[in-house]
Amino acid sequence: MSFIINGLLLGGTYALIAVGLTLQYGVARIMNLANGENLVFACFMAFWLYTAFAINPILGIVIIAPMAFVINWLIYSYAMRPLVNRSKTSGQLEVNSILATFGLLFILKGLMKFSFGGGYFTYNYLAEGISIFGHNYGLNRVVAFIAAAVIAGTLYLFLNYTRYGTAIRAVAVNPTSASLVAINVPRASAFAFALGGALTAASGALLSSFYTFHADMGMDFTMKALVIVIMAGVGDVRGAVLAALMLGLTETAIATFVDPGLTAAGTYGLFILVLLFRPQGIFGRSNS
Amino acid sequence: MSRLNKIFSQISKQEKRIALYCAIAFAIIATLPLFDQGFYLSISVNIVMYIVLCTAWSLFSGPTHYISLATAAFYGIGTYVVAIGIKDIPYPVLLVMAAIVSGGIAGIVGLATLRLSGVYFVVFTLGLSELIRQIVTWVQTNFSGSSGLYVFTDIREMHVFWQLLGLAVIVYIVGWLINRSRLGFAMQIIGNDETVAKHLGINTAISKILLFMISGAIIGVVGAIMAPRFSYVTPPSAFNPIISFQVVIMALLGGTKRLWGPLLGVIPFTILFDQVGVYFPDQTSIVIGVAFMAIVYLLPNGVLGLIETIKQKFTSSTKKEDPT
Repeated sequence: MSFIINGLLLGGTYALIAVGLTLQYGVARIMNLANGENLVFACFMAFWLYTAFAINPILGIVIIAPMAFVINWLIYSYAMRPLVNRSKTSGQLEVNSILATFGLLFILKGLMKFSFGGGYFTYNYLAEGISIFGHNYGLNRVVAFIAAAVIAGTLYLFLNYTRYGTAIRAVAVNPTSASLVAINVPRASAFAFALGGALTAASGALLSSFYTFHADMGMDFTMKALVIVIMAGVGDVRGAVLAALMLGLTETAIATFVDPGLTAAGTYGLFILVLLFRPQGIFGRSNS
Repeated sequence: MSRLNKIFSQISKQEKRIALYCAIAFAIIATLPLFDQGFYLSISVNIVMYIVLCTAWSLFSGPTHYISLATAAFYGIGTYVVAIGIKDIPYPVLLVMAAIVSGGIAGIVGLATLRLSGVYFVVFTLGLSELIRQIVTWVQTNFSGSSGLYVFTDIREMHVFWQLLGLAVIVYIVGWLINRSRLGFAMQIIGNDETVAKHLGINTAISKILLFMISGAIIGVVGAIMAPRFSYVTPPSAFNPIISFQVVIMALLGGTKRLWGPLLGVIPFTILFDQVGVYFPDQTSIVIGVAFMAIVYLLPNGVLGLIETIKQKFTSSTKKEDPT
């Protein structure tokens, strides 16, 4: 049964990426397809901090996440806001933001390939075993899972029990009504976009501690995050965590019992099933 | 036959003249292999290939605004149909089969996703080529024990060129027929406002699926025509996701409101990508990224839109001068 624990450990990191994306899409209404590049960039930062300054990736989050927050805030203010203002319908905004973030994706990928090369990167942090229920697991995976759980828990408390968190949830439900109750919607959107970016970067830092990464893998993770977000229902943080764990389990099960080369096929299979039978998401409520 | 006669009787004199000019232009282009069989033929094959791909893409994505990234999937399916069948089945039959298989898969994808909002469609089509590529790789390594298939034929580059040119003619005729059919009219209304279209009694889902199948079938045939050029077909070469992105860029940069719009994007960009590939092979990603940015921030309606606004400004300024 070790695949269950392996799947959950993997799902923990997926959960943070997906929560980041669901904040960006659900609140700021921007489908950020460059989110995976954000994650890869954080992987490289964590690698650099660990190898050059011996700062461990968990501590590295303290540096990487605020940096990602600022960068994403700038991306939203200078690249995305003009699109939000220009687009008359949500459909137009969707098309424009998809195209713009594709642009961002390819530029970031190109820059990372240019600066780091196309090779595979990995470093040894806590690469020792820990025994859970009689099976051995990488200690770095367990630590990353615990860190992810702490971050996701803090976010949950923030969104549900603080004033500003409630405001962000209000924007997610309906931006027009939110501005009627004196919520600064443009600022809340920028904040949610930046926070989403910071969460994704944090998960990148955690992922890099146990995962071999390369400049080209951003798109794979964006796809996983998207499948999770759509499975969960857009904007649903709790659902995203559950769906992420499900995806982690599915992938590990396929890799263990069928073929490691078919994990992405499994992801899309799951995606098709959700689209066919519950297009509003497994945990989502239908709009009408 | 009576319907066909009706269509022909509706063709205006001006349209007949345009058709004649186009036929002459195509005939002149078709003589290219007689003059050069090297670089110019090779890049012309690429240009004509992207013209067909982008025009087929715009047939569906232009009016609906659904951004399809499934080009690589249909293209790869077409390539694989030829690669698998070339030893036993005559080549022309394979081209028809490629159209049927790609169109059929487009229909299934459409059924699953086109009822839903745009993002789902983009995400799904993006994943589709990856999904099919993984399955093909898995089947090949587990059941045939090789990582690719050889395609040995007598078909040379100039034959590929002529076939693609012929397909381009077909695509333009199909596009022109769709534009003046009930389906084309329905698509215009759907593109402007889907709710209005539904209230008018248009079955929006079926219309979209039908158009997606036509577009997918054409792209499949392109893949099939290109298969002999590969000579050794592997999943990563047949299902190359970059093709999907390049098609989107070229079509949108050209403009999708007119049938010939994508042409304006394809010619400069095929040459640009070719040059970048030769001199800066590691920077193609940045070029693609900048092109996407240009589409969104500088040319939202493509070169075509730019030409039309300039034309409009010109005519409106001359009109203003008239009364004075």
